[in-house]
Amino acid sequence: MAIIETEKLTYTYPGAEKTSIENISIKIEEGEFVLLTGPSGCGKTTLCRCFNGLIPHFYEGKLEGKIQVVGLDVVKHPIHELAKHVGLVFQNPENQLFALSVEKDVAFGLENLGIPRKEIRQRVDWALKTTDIYHLRERPPYELSGGQQQRVAIASVLAMQPEVMVLDEPTSFLDPLGAKRIFEDIHKLNKELGITIILVEHRLDLTAKYANRIIIMDNGKVILNGKPREILDSEKARLIGIGIPKVTRLYQFLNGKGMRLNYVPLSSEEMAKKLKEVFKQ
Amino acid sequence: MIEVKNVHFTYPSGVEALQGVSLKIRNGEFVAIMGQNGAGKTTLVKHFNGLLKPSKGNVLVDGMDTRDVSVATLARKVGFVFQNPDHQLFSETVEEEIAFALRNFGFKENVIKRRVTWALNLLGLTQYRKTSPFMLSGGERKRVALASVLAWNPKILILDEPTIGQDYGQKEKLRQFILQMKAQKKTVVIVTHDVEFVAECNPRVVLMSNGKIVADGEARKILTSPEILEKAAIIPPEISRVFLELSEFGFPTNVIDVYEAGEIILDFWEAKNREHV
Repeated sequence: MAIIETEKLTYTYPGAEKTSIENISIKIEEGEFVLLTGPSGCGKTTLCRCFNGLIPHFYEGKLEGKIQVVGLDVVKHPIHELAKHVGLVFQNPENQLFALSVEKDVAFGLENLGIPRKEIRQRVDWALKTTDIYHLRERPPYELSGGQQQRVAIASVLAMQPEVMVLDEPTSFLDPLGAKRIFEDIHKLNKELGITIILVEHRLDLTAKYANRIIIMDNGKVILNGKPREILDSEKARLIGIGIPKVTRLYQFLNGKGMRLNYVPLSSEEMAKKLKEVFKQ
Repeated sequence: MIEVKNVHFTYPSGVEALQGVSLKIRNGEFVAIMGQNGAGKTTLVKHFNGLLKPSKGNVLVDGMDTRDVSVATLARKVGFVFQNPDHQLFSETVEEEIAFALRNFGFKENVIKRRVTWALNLLGLTQYRKTSPFMLSGGERKRVALASVLAWNPKILILDEPTIGQDYGQKEKLRQFILQMKAQKKTVVIVTHDVEFVAECNPRVVLMSNGKIVADGEARKILTSPEILEKAAIIPPEISRVFLELSEFGFPTNVIDVYEAGEIILDFWEAKNREHV
C-alpha cells in the first residue's frame, strides 16, 4: 500500500476565496525520495501541511477529498498521533525552535511520546551527530546562525525517527557545503533507514540527483509527476519556469546542435562522466 | 562609495565577527559577498547602513563616517533588505508595508501612491495589494520586504540572501532588476550562498572566511578556483565542476556559463570528428 495517498484533495484557507491546492491525486510509495517543486506560491507548502495533519487540524479551513498517510486518515487522527509517523521540517527554523538549549529542543518531541530516558539520550545524540551540531548541544538555539538553527530543526525531526520526513526547503539558510552535506544525509536516511522523503526545493541543481521522482505543482495543481530525467527534459517543465539544472540545460543545448548524448544528466558528475566517454571513443 | 578601513567588530558575547576587513565598493558596482555560515558577511553589510558601528576602524559611506550620522540619515542612501523577511514586516497589508518608509521619509501622498504601485508591479505583487504579508508564502514575503525598500529608491542597495525561497522565474527577474540598477549607476551588494545565481550574474565576488576577506575578484575567476572556495565552504557552480573534470582534454577551467560551455564542447567535438574522417 502507498505510504501517502491523496484523492482529489482540495483545500481553501479560512477566509480565502481561492483554493490553495486543487484536485491533488498522488500516491507515494514507501521508501521513495520525492522532490516537490514549482513556482513560489504554487501550493507546495500547503500540500506538505496536509501530510502531517496541520491541515485541517491546526489551520482549519475547508478540506475536501481524501488523504491517507501511513494508513491513517489524516482528517480522523490528531496531529500528535500523526507526528510519530510524519516529521515536518519548516522553511523558517525560527518557527520551530523554542527551548533554551539545542539538546532540549531535539529531545522535546521524544519526551512528549513518553520514550525511556536512556533511549532519548541515544536518539538525541545520534540526531545531533548526524546533523553535525553535537558541539552546539548546550547552546540556546536563538543565539545560533540561521544555518545552525536549520540543522537543529532537522535534528529534532530526525530524533523522532519517523517513517516519512517532509522537508520544506530545509537548507535555504545554509552555505553550499553545509547544504550539500544535509542533502547527502537526507539521502542516507532514505537509502539506509528507508525513510520516505518528501523534499520541497527550488534548487534542482543540488537535489535532482537524489530523487527517484519529481512532482511539479503550479497554481495549486500537480502538473507533472514522474521520473526526474524525463520530467526535467520535458518541454512542459521548461515552460513552467522551474530551475532546470545547468547540466541538463547544457545537455539540451548540445542535443539541439546535433551532439546527442542520449542520457539526461542531473549532476556535474554525470555530465563529466558522459562527456569523457564520448571524447575517448 | 563605501569604504571599509581595517574594521574589527566584536559582539557583546565576545565573538570577534570581523577581524580587520578593508574593502572599497565604488558607485555602480555589483558585488556579491560570499562565504560560509558565520563568516561575518551579514555583520559586515550591517556596517554599511550604520546598524552596527565598528569596534575598531572606520566605515565611510559617500565620505560620511557611519559613527557620525544616524541610521535614519544613512537609510535614505542605503536600503537594506534582511535575510529573514519576518524581521522586517509588520503592517496589515502589503500596500501599507511598502508605504510605511515612504511616509516616514515625508514623501507626498500622490508620490507614495505612485511608488507603491510601481514597486508592487515590479515584484509581481499587485494581486496582493490588500493582503496581509503574513498570509503570503515565504518567497512572496521576501519580495514584499524587497519592494518596501526599493520604493524609496536608495542609491545603495544591500540584499541579504535575496534568492532564498525564490523560484527560477523570480530569480531571473531579480537578476534583470539588479542589472537595471547597475545601468542606473546604483550600487548593489548582495550577501549570498547561491553560487548558481552568482554564476549567472557574474558580479565582483568578495569571499569571506572567519571574519576576514580571503579573495576578491570577478566571479568567473573566483568561482572556478576550488582551493580558494573550499576555505569558504562554497562548491563551484555545476558548469565549472564539469569543466574542472575535463581539464585532461585541455578545456579552460574558468567557465561558468551554460552557453559558453556548450560552444566549447561543440567545437572540441566537431574538431575530433573531423580528425576521424
